[in-house]
Amino acid sequence: MSPSWTRIWAMSKKELRDYRRNRFVVVTMAVMPLVFTVAPMIQLFAIKVNAASSAFNARIGLALLYMLIIPAIVPSSLSAYSVVGEREQGTLEPVLITPIGSQEFLFGKALAAFLPTVAISYAVFGIFLAAARIFAQPVVASAIYSGSHIWVQLVFTPLLAGWSILVGIAISTRSADVRTAQQLSVLASLPPLVVVGLITFNVFHASVGITVALAVALLVIDRFGWRAVAAMFDRERLVTGGRS
Amino acid sequence: MHPTDEGTEVANTQGAGGSKISPGKAGAPALAVEHLTKRFGDRVAYSDVSFEIGYGEVFGFLGPNGAGKTTTVRTLGTLIAPTSGSAMVAGMRLSAANGPAIRQKISIMPESPGLYLRLTVEENLECFAGLYGLGGTKARIHEALEAVNLLERAKDLCGALSKGLRQRVALARALLNDPEVLFLDEPTSGLDPVAAREVHELITGMRERGVTIFLTTHRLEEAERLCDRVAILNTTLRMIGRPDELRKELFARTLDVRTKVPLADPGAVFSGLPGVEGWSDSGAAMYRLEVSDPEAAAPGVARALVRAEADVVSIAESRHTLEDVYLQLVGEEERAERK
Ligand SMILES: Nc1ncnc2c1ncn2[C@@H]1O[C@H](COP(=O)(O)OP(=O)(O)OP(=O)(O)O)[C@@H](O)[C@H]1O
Ligand SMILES: [Mg+2]
Repeated sequence: MSPSWTRIWAMSKKELRDYRRNRFVVVTMAVMPLVFTVAPMIQLFAIKVNAASSAFNARIGLALLYMLIIPAIVPSSLSAYSVVGEREQGTLEPVLITPIGSQEFLFGKALAAFLPTVAISYAVFGIFLAAARIFAQPVVASAIYSGSHIWVQLVFTPLLAGWSILVGIAISTRSADVRTAQQLSVLASLPPLVVVGLITFNVFHASVGITVALAVALLVIDRFGWRAVAAMFDRERLVTGGRS
Repeated sequence: MHPTDEGTEVANTQGAGGSKISPGKAGAPALAVEHLTKRFGDRVAYSDVSFEIGYGEVFGFLGPNGAGKTTTVRTLGTLIAPTSGSAMVAGMRLSAANGPAIRQKISIMPESPGLYLRLTVEENLECFAGLYGLGGTKARIHEALEAVNLLERAKDLCGALSKGLRQRVALARALLNDPEVLFLDEPTSGLDPVAAREVHELITGMRERGVTIFLTTHRLEEAERLCDRVAILNTTLRMIGRPDELRKELFARTLDVRTKVPLADPGAVFSGLPGVEGWSDSGAAMYRLEVSDPEAAAPGVARALVRAEADVVSIAESRHTLEDVYLQLVGEEERAERK
């Protein structure tokens, strides 16, 4: 059966409605971005213009990295909840009795975590850019606007979110309870963030080539990892409650 | 129909009711199950189960806790794979590849409703209409809610509904895709008598609309009232047939006679009457007569009592309920196991 957008969207829409009325999710979605808007701003204004150029770069790198934590962390707890959470609240069986396919189900879940995450991340970044232009010292602002910073941020936001969601859902599919799933998936969302962080910090001088290669690698994983996750999705185990 | 391998004396899966299957589309039954077995590791959930259900039939699936009812429903709903055996569901062979196509044509109301409690009734149904890939969502939801008398609660959050109302929402959800076969897994468990009665009325309504219903239940009076045929499962299938046939098969037919005062010589009154095969004194001016046909024998018994100048209080055909059948079959097994 070919994937149906009606089914995928039905899943996403339900999920988004559920988020909006779930206090835990709303708080996570609001507090995390708030923290990670304030923190980079502080970095922004703490920068001393006459500092050594390496310290200067590190400050800017840190400010930008803070904002990449949002797409990495925010969706990981959402996606960690996605399968095992439904199982715990007993709503999985009714869904699995419908004709929805494993990939459609998982993709619907992923989309619901992806859309708000990317929207929030870009909004935070937009606020940061505007603040830099208006309030920061011109040297700082131009350092942020120059080079590849903006592009790296724009490209890696959805890629990191994609990774976190993929891994979070994979963990959720195999986990026996929500708590473990959430802890594991926050951990699992970090490795690519570290690599991106190193680039942002200019720790190793990432050539354009390496950055692009990393982006492509993440893209390929995000795109084709679904097959692997869908293959892990075993209706029988999920319904009868056996552990993997 | 195939006899079960571990069949006891009473088990007879070739009950006469088995022949009364109304052929549906293209002459195929709605459900045809052959030698189906499911094991979880060493534990046998159900074993060598075979039966057929015609389109439009209401089929009761009875059995004690742990008999394998829910597991059977899940297997036929393609949620879990059988260990062995085969089945046709809504005209399609039960297989992993046919899963989505089968699930499109059937629906299951599971043991627990499993609604999204933070969503309204309408939003829950909207989600499932989407999951079935259905168009005309608004009209379908309206129709489903109307069928379960829940239109005025459409905007309520499911979390705020009572258990009975949630059960009805789950039923509405199961109706969305206009299923050819509707599986109801204990639809009235935990409901008060009024709510249970309402669910019964809904089932009767669906039966009148020609929906094939596979009803799992512990409530024997429910099965007796609603079902065309019933099967009794206790890991293996014990019996299958129409409720009245099961009764006939298991119990000798009897007439219960009550008189005002004990008869002076009951043997003289009852012996040799046409159609009466034997009698016993059940104490306190009550007598039980074994008869081949109660209707044919009763008038003769009445005349004999009048001739003997007995004051007759009642002559009645003894009624065995489905519960008697069930307890006879399942109760004996359970007691034997406990020994
Ligand atoms: N996931 C599972 N793993 C192991 N055994 C299982 C599993 N699911 C069910 N069983 C076993 O299979 C048997 C049948 O269970 P099932 O739930 O089908 O019974 P049931 O007839 O629906 O009972 P009830 O009336 O209590 O709902 C039971 O012995 C049960 O313990
Ligand atoms: Mg059950």
